[in-house]
Amino acid sequence: MRAAVVTFPGSNCDRDLAVAFAKATGRIPVRVWHAETELPPVDVVGIPGGFSYGDYLRSGAIAARSPILRAVAAFAAKGGRVLGICNGFQVLTEAGLLPGALVRNAGQRFVSRWVELRVENDATGFTAGWRAGDRIRLPVAHHDGNYVADETTLAHLEATGAVAFRYADNPNGSARAIAGVCNDARNVLGLMPHPERAIGAELGGSDGAVLFRSLVAALA
Amino acid sequence: MTEVSIAVAEDHGLSAEEFERIQTILGRMPNLLELGIFSVMWSEHCSYKSSKRHLAKLPTEAPWVVCGPGENAGVVDIGDGQVAIFKMESHNHPSFIEPYQGAATGVGGIMRDVFTMGARPVAMLNALRFGSPSHPKTRHLVAGVVAGIGGYGNCVGVPTVGGEIGFHGSFDGNILVNAMCVGVAQADRVFYAAAAGIGNPVVYVGAKTGRDGIHGATMASAEFSDTTEAKRPTVQVGDPFKEKLLLEACLELMAGDAIVAIQDMGAAGLTSSSFEMASRGGTGIELDLDQVPARETGMTPYELMLSESQERMLLVLREGAEADAEAIFSKWELDAAVIGRVTGSGRMVLRFDGTVVGDVPIAPVAGASPVYDRPAEPMPPVLAVAPELVREPVGTVAALERLIASPELCSRRWAYEQYDSTVMADTLAGPGGDAAVVRVHGTAKALALTVDCTPRYVQVDPVRGGAQAVCEAWRNLTAVGAMPLAITNCLNFGNPERPRTMGQLTGAIQGMAKACRGLDFPVVSGNVSLYNETDGRAVQPTPGIGGVGLLDDWSRRIEVGIVEPGLQLVMIGDAPGWLGASLYLRVVCGREEGMPPPVDVSVERRNGDFVRGLMDEGLVRACHDVGDGGLLVALVEMALAGGCGFTTTEPADVATGAAWWFGEDQARYVVAVAEEAVADLLHEASASGVLARPIGHTGGDQIVVEPHGRVAIDRLRALSEGWFPAYMSGLDRQTS
Repeated sequence: MRAAVVTFPGSNCDRDLAVAFAKATGRIPVRVWHAETELPPVDVVGIPGGFSYGDYLRSGAIAARSPILRAVAAFAAKGGRVLGICNGFQVLTEAGLLPGALVRNAGQRFVSRWVELRVENDATGFTAGWRAGDRIRLPVAHHDGNYVADETTLAHLEATGAVAFRYADNPNGSARAIAGVCNDARNVLGLMPHPERAIGAELGGSDGAVLFRSLVAALA
Repeated sequence: MTEVSIAVAEDHGLSAEEFERIQTILGRMPNLLELGIFSVMWSEHCSYKSSKRHLAKLPTEAPWVVCGPGENAGVVDIGDGQVAIFKMESHNHPSFIEPYQGAATGVGGIMRDVFTMGARPVAMLNALRFGSPSHPKTRHLVAGVVAGIGGYGNCVGVPTVGGEIGFHGSFDGNILVNAMCVGVAQADRVFYAAAAGIGNPVVYVGAKTGRDGIHGATMASAEFSDTTEAKRPTVQVGDPFKEKLLLEACLELMAGDAIVAIQDMGAAGLTSSSFEMASRGGTGIELDLDQVPARETGMTPYELMLSESQERMLLVLREGAEADAEAIFSKWELDAAVIGRVTGSGRMVLRFDGTVVGDVPIAPVAGASPVYDRPAEPMPPVLAVAPELVREPVGTVAALERLIASPELCSRRWAYEQYDSTVMADTLAGPGGDAAVVRVHGTAKALALTVDCTPRYVQVDPVRGGAQAVCEAWRNLTAVGAMPLAITNCLNFGNPERPRTMGQLTGAIQGMAKACRGLDFPVVSGNVSLYNETDGRAVQPTPGIGGVGLLDDWSRRIEVGIVEPGLQLVMIGDAPGWLGASLYLRVVCGREEGMPPPVDVSVERRNGDFVRGLMDEGLVRACHDVGDGGLLVALVEMALAGGCGFTTTEPADVATGAAWWFGEDQARYVVAVAEEAVADLLHEASASGVLARPIGHTGGDQIVVEPHGRVAIDRLRALSEGWFPAYMSGLDRQTS
């Protein structure tokens, strides 16, 4: 599996994501700068966490309009796998690659803690290493992680199994406790929790490694 | 330009003597720009004029120290060609006036001190002191400071992994916000701030210069009064996104050979950065102020030189490297400009609009600022509190519950859950334990990090309190299995023109020096914040210690939590039962009195080395130092962290129950070991001259304190977790 990690000005989990990909694949991912207009030949593109362009407008809004995102959208349209974590999830919703939006946490404060999640859909290339219903632990660290969408969209997500992860104890007010969603084609996943920070027991947990291993298996 | 007079000089915080001295140095009357430069460079904040001669008494050397105080941050060797670079700094005055921005820019400033030396910041810690919870401003200040620290550090993407928070009425009018940054660099890629190479370009990079923060350093060098609110414009506004860009751009440029010297623009902005670089290099600098990127039009040379706009760096580049630097800065969308040249004149020559607007010699401004030997008066002696004379108002378990639920000892989760502690994916132990443990990326090593001080001890006996702060930091690092390496300090005191305050400062330094020497734990960087005083009321003296230790193998780190039943709990160290200045006395008995516990550095060292030896033998399953609140609080913290209960029994030979359970005797640890290891442990202890005593065993979901009673862990957890969120939501009156 060949992976690329995009870096925007203000990305700060790009290295962590690259490390997680490298650990799962044994290959150093390609790093892609936001100003580039083309992606290298890869199987999966990671959009990392951080504060792209400072997130001074809406979180992810500027990054969604950057040159590289046009290439990412084209890549996704052709079935390429795209993984957006935290700010990356925000970017993907702003870019229209995933439904819904992420707004300020219900408690108004930044939330950094380990949370329990329920795996809702194990029939995706990102989640096949789990069984639906599995309980996993990952850290969250965000200020704008409150997932919102209109009722029609939410109903569609639920009906089609697009909800990938749900919080056991909703930390940010997300609609239906949604922590991560896929697109209809299941090749784009966005989630607020950080699997790349949970790839070894020494870090407090290794559940995140399952996601990266799932990708490797799906692309083998 | 305003006519300079003694009145104008006094408005700048300069004394009549200092004003005379400036005229002697220049051989003429300074103009307003030059006066402004002298005033910030000679401010207490920048010149350390009251503390300098005393700071010289601190030990700063050890074989592993690469660079001690005097540079932007301290540098210690951590093996394999790597160094740790760290410093702690205060941002007290601005944070009281504007808590969010004050705290945020404090975080930004200390990060720049570390990455300006070539290190990637890998961890942040903070030490906060607020006024009494019942003071009307406290809640607002806590909310703003915590959000500001998180808002800045989270955005830059450096984990905030530890810290401490205290409350006391002496901080009602002056809070303390101390931030520590730790970075890692290659030993052969450390950058210093000595301007060299005549003709080399002086380059400005980062945010544009605005009118914010002018005279921030001067503000931080005076007491507050009821007109403090009017000082809001002296507080700077932070832009963590810009900081992130600056960080990445600087580290990218540092990978090449373009940089001769680099210095961040902190307090006193362009003035202090340019003067300090020239002073360290023994050179001169000529600046063309028209070239400084300005945020507003019509800025005067005075404003350009004194602005404390954030996220700016000053560099001296190798001649010819300008284009390489420009390419990197424009990639990161940063403003950069060549604004001057290094000269051999030993003078700072400032041009604006085609004419020379300032011309002053470097050495007398930067290196030879006034040094004062202010009169110091010791604190009046205080009697020890005999344990037998402490009436126990409630039983042991009820006292424990009160302590665990108190503002001083309750869980800080409300605060640290606003800090991203897991970014960079190397945090092995985050907030809430003894020391934080952060892996050195891609290696088997880890750094152990802690910040410590017990102001109530320093208040009563500055020498003892200063020594205790150093010992506690050393102990916290030891408790996680690290070898303590060095400290940074942040000395927060009142007005040094008062002899009693000077006595506290000199006493604390004396105590710190003794402890540092005895523990081989030198000071490699630091900061002094004086004038933490409002209308004559000073803060409790708070010489904060930031300690750094090294674990060669992170997989051997020791955790604070007890997770398994059937282990024996052994206390290392002696416990005569010292209740003076204890939290028990303050929280449970409502008495703030008595001498703090004695500190014996040689015992501290012997006990700590013994504990580390046990860890090396692989005997220790959990370890915690005994500090605030005493033995029973330490045991409960271990139970809360790991989720396993314990049974402990009061020995027959103790002074009083309260003294045994809540005394704050120093140099103590609790270790959890397997039952079969106890005999060997006790034997080794007695052979090493260390007191060790079995005090109980782990198991169950209760905390059983024989013969006093029991309490469920869940109840204690609820008490511990309850206070902070309830207080912050305004419900504290119902819980206290």
